[in-house]
Amino acid sequence: MKLFPIRRPEQSPAQSAYLERERFRRQKNAVLRVMILVLILALWELGALTGAVDDFIFSSPSRIAGCFWSMAGNGSIFFHTGVTLWETAVSFFFTTALGLLLAILLWASPEASEILEPYLVILNSLPKSALAPLLIVWLGANLRTIVVAAVSVAVFGSVMTLYTSFSRTDPELIRLIRSFGGGRKDVLFKILLPASVPVIINSMKVSIGLCLVGVIIGEFLAADAGLGYLIIYGQQTFAMDEVVMSIVILCVISALFYKGISLLERRAGRLAGKPAR
Amino acid sequence: MTPLLEVSGVSHSYHTMEGETKALSHITFSIDKGEFVAIVGPSGCGKTTLLTLLDGLAVPETGSILLNGRPVTEAHGRIGYMFQRDHLLEWRTILENVSLGLEIQKRLTPQARQELSRMLDAYGLGEFSSSRPSELSGGMRQRAALIRTLALKPDLLLLDEPFSALDYQTRLTVCDDISSIIRQSGRTAVLVTHDLSEAISAADRILVLSPRPGTVRAEITLDFSGENSPIRRRNMPQFSAYFNLVWKELKTQ
Repeated sequence: MKLFPIRRPEQSPAQSAYLERERFRRQKNAVLRVMILVLILALWELGALTGAVDDFIFSSPSRIAGCFWSMAGNGSIFFHTGVTLWETAVSFFFTTALGLLLAILLWASPEASEILEPYLVILNSLPKSALAPLLIVWLGANLRTIVVAAVSVAVFGSVMTLYTSFSRTDPELIRLIRSFGGGRKDVLFKILLPASVPVIINSMKVSIGLCLVGVIIGEFLAADAGLGYLIIYGQQTFAMDEVVMSIVILCVISALFYKGISLLERRAGRLAGKPAR
Repeated sequence: MTPLLEVSGVSHSYHTMEGETKALSHITFSIDKGEFVAIVGPSGCGKTTLLTLLDGLAVPETGSILLNGRPVTEAHGRIGYMFQRDHLLEWRTILENVSLGLEIQKRLTPQARQELSRMLDAYGLGEFSSSRPSELSGGMRQRAALIRTLALKPDLLLLDEPFSALDYQTRLTVCDDISSIIRQSGRTAVLVTHDLSEAISAADRILVLSPRPGTVRAEITLDFSGENSPIRRRNMPQFSAYFNLVWKELKTQ
């Protein structure tokens, strides 16, 4: 569905004026959005040029671009970014699968969920970065540690969100299935999962961000590749350009992830018959 | 002839940490095949509890409920249930929605699918079979919900205030619609409602429940000399007489 359909003959002048105003408002906001970025970059660069900002510590847009250019030349930046992306994707997959599985198990056994609730709350609020040194000792400084760290950061929140949504399912819908002679499996597949698609996607939005956090924590401590490693390495060798450039790339990655899940959301919305926003 | 549904001496209470609430006390009645019975009562008289028990989703503390001579708890799938809200699933088309019950009972054969399409046609929903529920009006949605229930060919239909979520005008037509469908298909139905005129216009017999703990206070057999259409019944002289009768039974303390 197009947001602003082509002006049709039956459109009243008031409606056209409204559409015109709305279009103007949106364009203005988009332009302002870009201008903020341009302004910050310009001030930053200007500060570095005039010496108001020490670009050895704070770097500068031109130095970041130069750093990116040289690292793109030997391909190393694509390698590090690729490693981080791959680790995040693997962690995201496990977080989503494990989160869904655990939430279903908790829903299937109200007794278990009542008994386990305090443990889940503690695990959810525990700062998972505290676990990372322990994981290195247990699992070694490798991909496994990073993935486990990332999953542990993201999975508990995901379990709790999904479980809460499952247990809030309209009891009459469950009764409907039962009155057809259906069992728990039917409730799960005919009601619970399809009804929870928006919540599942929302929790995916949160967990992809948390997975990235977990991967960077893991790379800080136990990696020889990836953007997290690049940040720590850059900091230790005082190559601040590398550090800031890695952060900029992380910004781009999280924006892309978010956009990706939003696309998925629109798709799922269409499948559910609701007009995509 | 043995009655289709036999409720004898049913009492039931709810237990919470705060104490015990007696919901129903010594309920006894029976319903013959093909009958349309309405149960009315003040709010909080245990109507919902009674429906849960009739549906076999809970076992009464005392007494028994038999469907065709067997406990209702063993009769899953033989009893159709209609809710206040239609509970059509938005992620399914209308055809997929009405086939939900058959799908769960693994009886969704090609013939059954054809039969469903025929029913959709017969009840004026044919052209909407691949629409989403949100594209239908409230009355059409409630009709789709009825088809979903009737598709299972239940021995007994339980109607839990199925019209109360509709606006008044729709409510009259849908009530007319649905009761004529139920009568045409020869189903046995129990309608639970707090709307007296709805009960009188649709049913063959009315059971009046007392406030909590609910007991059967009166049983009124309606005689509209063969007229079954709720809307036409509302214009008949008997209607207001019955209304006053039921009203008085509800009011007496």
